[in-house]
Amino acid sequence: MSALTHFRTPLLQTPFHARTSAANTLNRWGPWGGYMTALCFGDADMEYTAIRNGASVYDLCPMVKYRITGRDAAAYLNRLTLRNAAKLSVGGVHYTAWTDDAGKIMDDGTLFRHGPEDYLICCQERHLPWLLASSTGFEVHVEEVTEAIAALSLQGPCSASVLEAAGFDVQGLKPFRMATYPFEGGEITISRTGFTGDLGYELWLTPDQALPFWDHLFAAGAPWGIRPIGSDALDLARIEAGFIITNMDFIPVHQALREDRARSPFELGLGWMIDWEKGHFTGRRALLAEKAKGSDWALIGIDIPGNISAEGAILYHGKKVEAGVVTAAAWSPALKANLAIAQVQAKYAAAQDLWVEIYAMRELQYAKLMLPVTLTERPFFNPARKRATPPGRV
Amino acid sequence: MSYDAVIIGAGHNGLVTAGYLARAGLKVCVVEKNDWVGGAAVSRELFPGFTYSNCSYVSSLFRPEIMRDLELPKYGLQILPYEGGAVFQEGGGYLGMYRDHDANRREFARHSKRDAEAYDIYARDILRFCRFIRPMLMRTPPDPSSFRPRDLSELMWLGREMGTLSEEMRARMVQFWTMSISDFLDEYFESPIIKGYLAVSAIIGTALGPMSPGSAYVLLHHYMGDVDGNVGAWGFARGGMGSITRALTASLKDQGGEVRVGHGVEKVLVQGGRATGVVLSNGDEIRAKRVISNMDVKRTFLKHVDEAELPDDFVKRVKAFKIRGSSGKLNIALDAAPVFPALPEGAPNIKGDLHFTDSIEKMERGYDDWKNGQFSRDPFQDVMIPTMIDPTMTPPGKHFMSCFVQYAPPKIAGRDWTDADRDAFRDTCLNQIEAYSPGFKDRVLHVEVRTPRELEAEVGLTEGNIFQGELTFDQLLFNRPVPGYAQYRSPIKDLWMCGSSTHPGGGVMGAPGRNAAAEVLRDAGVKGGMRDAYTVL
Repeated sequence: MSALTHFRTPLLQTPFHARTSAANTLNRWGPWGGYMTALCFGDADMEYTAIRNGASVYDLCPMVKYRITGRDAAAYLNRLTLRNAAKLSVGGVHYTAWTDDAGKIMDDGTLFRHGPEDYLICCQERHLPWLLASSTGFEVHVEEVTEAIAALSLQGPCSASVLEAAGFDVQGLKPFRMATYPFEGGEITISRTGFTGDLGYELWLTPDQALPFWDHLFAAGAPWGIRPIGSDALDLARIEAGFIITNMDFIPVHQALREDRARSPFELGLGWMIDWEKGHFTGRRALLAEKAKGSDWALIGIDIPGNISAEGAILYHGKKVEAGVVTAAAWSPALKANLAIAQVQAKYAAAQDLWVEIYAMRELQYAKLMLPVTLTERPFFNPARKRATPPGRV
Repeated sequence: MSYDAVIIGAGHNGLVTAGYLARAGLKVCVVEKNDWVGGAAVSRELFPGFTYSNCSYVSSLFRPEIMRDLELPKYGLQILPYEGGAVFQEGGGYLGMYRDHDANRREFARHSKRDAEAYDIYARDILRFCRFIRPMLMRTPPDPSSFRPRDLSELMWLGREMGTLSEEMRARMVQFWTMSISDFLDEYFESPIIKGYLAVSAIIGTALGPMSPGSAYVLLHHYMGDVDGNVGAWGFARGGMGSITRALTASLKDQGGEVRVGHGVEKVLVQGGRATGVVLSNGDEIRAKRVISNMDVKRTFLKHVDEAELPDDFVKRVKAFKIRGSSGKLNIALDAAPVFPALPEGAPNIKGDLHFTDSIEKMERGYDDWKNGQFSRDPFQDVMIPTMIDPTMTPPGKHFMSCFVQYAPPKIAGRDWTDADRDAFRDTCLNQIEAYSPGFKDRVLHVEVRTPRELEAEVGLTEGNIFQGELTFDQLLFNRPVPGYAQYRSPIKDLWMCGSSTHPGGGVMGAPGRNAAAEVLRDAGVKGGMRDAYTVL
């Protein structure tokens, strides 16, 4: 498509579109990072069930990707992000985040180390100006490679069995490790990562491998009921896993219109990421000060009585004083519990005498509920199979 | 060694009761006659590599409050919704069922355009009935002849609930509770196959035909559950129905509860009008402050309690309790998925319930055989292949098929079932499937056949009745199991009931077990052990 006609296709199609569009019987699409992405292929309940029971496939192509190469790649990423990128061994992956100078979160994402001087950042939002500005003084090359990489997320208790049936030996692949495998004369990368809190893998391809690989994977996965899933099903799984999403559970500082919306790593439960020993990094001074003085906000996981989900509900202390807001909520099929993730003022983080007010619309009238919440550790859903190596084979 | 409670029978309700009591701090022991736990929610590997759901085979009624209170997901419980379903027509053709509302409407319209649109009205009415009945499931029925404050306040609650309905709705609901499913469906639908499909839930497990008054309520009993909020939906327990009782057992043991398998209760010990423990079949005595029976009411009081300890009127009522067996079960290991040529390729219907009874008349003729003391020559079968969704029960590519069969009488022409009867019953069922799925029989690796004889002998269900007593209106609410004893207590002090013979009845629901535990704890003065049922908005 010529650059002059973007108005005709404001949303890009991913390299898997020929297959995803054929499978999307309801034609339910939504925008994600400039791409058409399936919200649901036909039945969100069955798609969610595939994540927790069999094998599910989610089209990851819209994830924003930056390749960082060069002699100073590790040093650069240590300066940029909260964790220690130099300690990440080649073939390793870690979940990380980065802040501005004031220590406010810009995004979280996964960092893949493909070589001593070769990293890939996968994240939700776009950061090229920041990444380039931060590279001053480092011998690195920063490249936006979103369209150059096709990716699928294969998740579920049968995902290892499916990969084995597809001819990829992942028995030795540990969580947060990756390896390359031959595929039809080329090569693909498989990482044991995902966004569901379950056993799962992410599969990294070139766009020209996309369709043949999809066909190969679905043929191999048929005995395990492999099925494509949309964002609706994935969102439920990620809430059970207790994962947060940029612009859903927090506002990235570089987009926030209202200054007070920005949040620090401490305020999002990401304080554990910070490596204070690695030397200076962006936001360090501000975060040290916050560590000493205390944070204003906290991100908590809560359990709510009953089975009425609390999306967008307001939290109150003592039923009266506004204390925060629910950023994500769902009835959890895996846990048979009514879960939520919430931002609350730090002084209420212990959830003592904390209440949630739910407005449940039922046939054009609200049922209003004021319910006590219980602090619950994330991940809410944390099965042993997520960690087991070799992975379970069902 | 003395316990606070000994529970007879490690079926789901017994384990639920024990689970709640253990969490409230009571010292409990569950005794089970079989070498395994589960009762009728059981999964055994009778053919290498194949896990069966030997009795109950689908889940919807099991209360989510119980799963959460007893933390069952932590112990491996997972309910998988299923999709699909179909009734095959004699001579080819089918009626398919779909989870998508519009796909389903268009499928119904192939058979009757009018019925396709009537279905929404029908579904609204059934859901209204469900909304009325669901809040009652987790409450002890009030005794209408009592003047105790709690009974009065519960009666008033019931009256208020009734009062929220319009006069028309009240009348409609009372009609529904007492009429036949055939008459009820005639008011909405014209297509024989649509009526034949919808009538299924009204006969499953019951010794009534679709034309018998009272069968309509049985349908409601099958609709009032849910899978994660989808009221009326059914699902599979991942790993088979036994994973429910396995999770209950693990949860119970984590709370310090004990489960003893291998020796059943011979006799409930009664001293001075109080139950004081049990004697097992191996002669062991277990002393306890109270005995709670998960066996059906007939088995409990007519076989394991000295009749001299019971009031005559109670014994008479228990003897009159209707618990007629009506069903059998085939559990089949398959070498490959069966093919139903009537279905288009790739159709999801095979992942749901499959039937071969395409009209109410055919169903009723099957019931005629039962009345004559024979199993149905052309039986109704509820066929499921859980392995179409659950990957854990068989090796990949192989399948487990569960066939619930009706009707099968507790006795054949007044005499006991013989092995030859059982084999003939098996062949009748297999031949019926073969007629709609050519080559099916060649794929069969193993069959477990369960007639009412096996259900009674192994599971302990009197006459093989899967609900521990029929779900007719005369045996529901404060009349279940017998008037005056609907609050989980018996005429003998400290002898309690917690099984499906009590309110709100059978199915893998757990509500009787949970309600019994609530009464035991109330009686024992233990506070704070129970949480309320979820509100129906």
